[in-house]
Amino acid sequence: MFETVLVANRGEIARRVLRTVRRLGIKGVAVYSEADESALHVREADDAVLLGPAPPAQSYLDVERVLEAALRSGAEAVHPGYGFLSESSRFAAAVIDAGLAWIGPSPDAIERMGDKVNARNTMAAAGVPVAAGTTEPLHDVEAAVAAAREIGFPLMVKAVAGGGGIGMAVADDEAGLRAAFETARTRAQRFFGSPSILIERYIPHARHVEVQVLGLADGRVVALGERDCSVQRRHQKVAEETPSPGVTDVLRGQMLAAAVRAGEAVGYRNAGTVECLVNPARQEFVFLEMNTRLQVEHPVTELVTGLDLVEEQLRIAAGMAPTFGERPPTPRGAAIELRVYAEDPKRFLPGPGTITSWVEPVGEGIRVDAGYTKGDTVTLYYDPLLAKLCVWGATRAEAITRLEEALAGFTVEGPKVNLAFFTALLADERFRSGDYDTGIIGHIMGERHK
Amino acid sequence: MERAIRKVGPMAEEVRAEMVANVWKVVVGEGDSVEAGDTLVILESMKMEIPVVTEDGGTVSSLVVNEGDIVQEGDLIALVE
Repeated sequence: MFETVLVANRGEIARRVLRTVRRLGIKGVAVYSEADESALHVREADDAVLLGPAPPAQSYLDVERVLEAALRSGAEAVHPGYGFLSESSRFAAAVIDAGLAWIGPSPDAIERMGDKVNARNTMAAAGVPVAAGTTEPLHDVEAAVAAAREIGFPLMVKAVAGGGGIGMAVADDEAGLRAAFETARTRAQRFFGSPSILIERYIPHARHVEVQVLGLADGRVVALGERDCSVQRRHQKVAEETPSPGVTDVLRGQMLAAAVRAGEAVGYRNAGTVECLVNPARQEFVFLEMNTRLQVEHPVTELVTGLDLVEEQLRIAAGMAPTFGERPPTPRGAAIELRVYAEDPKRFLPGPGTITSWVEPVGEGIRVDAGYTKGDTVTLYYDPLLAKLCVWGATRAEAITRLEEALAGFTVEGPKVNLAFFTALLADERFRSGDYDTGIIGHIMGERHK
Repeated sequence: MERAIRKVGPMAEEVRAEMVANVWKVVVGEGDSVEAGDTLVILESMKMEIPVVTEDGGTVSSLVVNEGDIVQEGDLIALVE
């Protein structure tokens, strides 16, 4: 195992990775921007290296500076967390070329899955179902309109190199497609440095369900169960749970097997997530994309399996066997995660500010992964995730009850926070029954405005 | 989308920032005529683009931000009259 690991991230995920690193007796090195000098992840690390000014391009996204920090700190391995450079094949290759271990999949796997058209084609060839869509990247709107005639409406328009829901839009007809295409192109160029677009058939009333996979050091790929991420705003996740209330045992078996095939098709090593859309009425699924990194919502999988996914990642990167034997543990009980964002609970607009009060709930089955505490300032430079409130229960009903208690015990003052939205979510009949889809937030907000 | 507007006098509209943000794009110039709902500037905060729109429309008599500026909550962005 490694003696020193650099965590190339900030906020709750840097802290969460460092926690495991230090539990295993490994020296944990943090990196930080000028805005994060006194952040929790810096305070809790064994060592910390300043990268540069607050804007991510000059700090957390700067490949050369992060690599230099790793070399200077004597780290033997780099954990990228999620976001920032985690899905940069250039960064992964630079880490490996510098003689360090990359705690993630190969640069080749990152690249193949990062191009969403290529990913779709690779999955289709491996026998994983995909939605009808383009097999080549689109560069002009007329080509998109022509392709749409073949595929049929409604359509999802998205960046080939994209992620995080940015620039994604649904088009119901040709006019909508033309508008969505232009928006997606502009955003794709700006956020992902490539204007290529892909369109695929959109499935209304779908659930967003993903499978956690681990590509082990011996080459095997195993699936650790699914997570339902259908509670979304702006195509971005707000709450996740496992098991998915919309997936039968039969469908679950099919999805897990397909996710293993997907991982095997690209020789996947380390932790990854195969995202799918599920049509609950027909119990069918299609591949959406593969995220080649640890996922934000990985704690729900940890809560039901008892595994520490960061520990598994470290072991895989070090060429060691997993903590489990032939088969991963069978999931037990139910777990739910709520993403506490610095945004108002009605329009979900960002609300940076200085935290004047921060009280985390404690209790049986409750886990809080936080990146902030009282006195910290939430700046405009980074994403709005403040903390993840996670609970485990023997049943889904018990998990919801514990979550209600935990939510009541969570206080954040200063920045705007979306905690009040979760009170509405947990009271919503669709959420409570489990019979909901990606439209649930729209329904809840629509009804509140009446 | 964004409505952080205070009426000053019968004809003028003060358009202000509703949150700490970076001015990503200035869409209009001083002297431009705008209609209700038109985007004046696009702010960016926490990886989100936030269009700032005029409520009533009129003429942009003053535009006090530049691209790349950081605005604080409540800062004046433009006057429309």
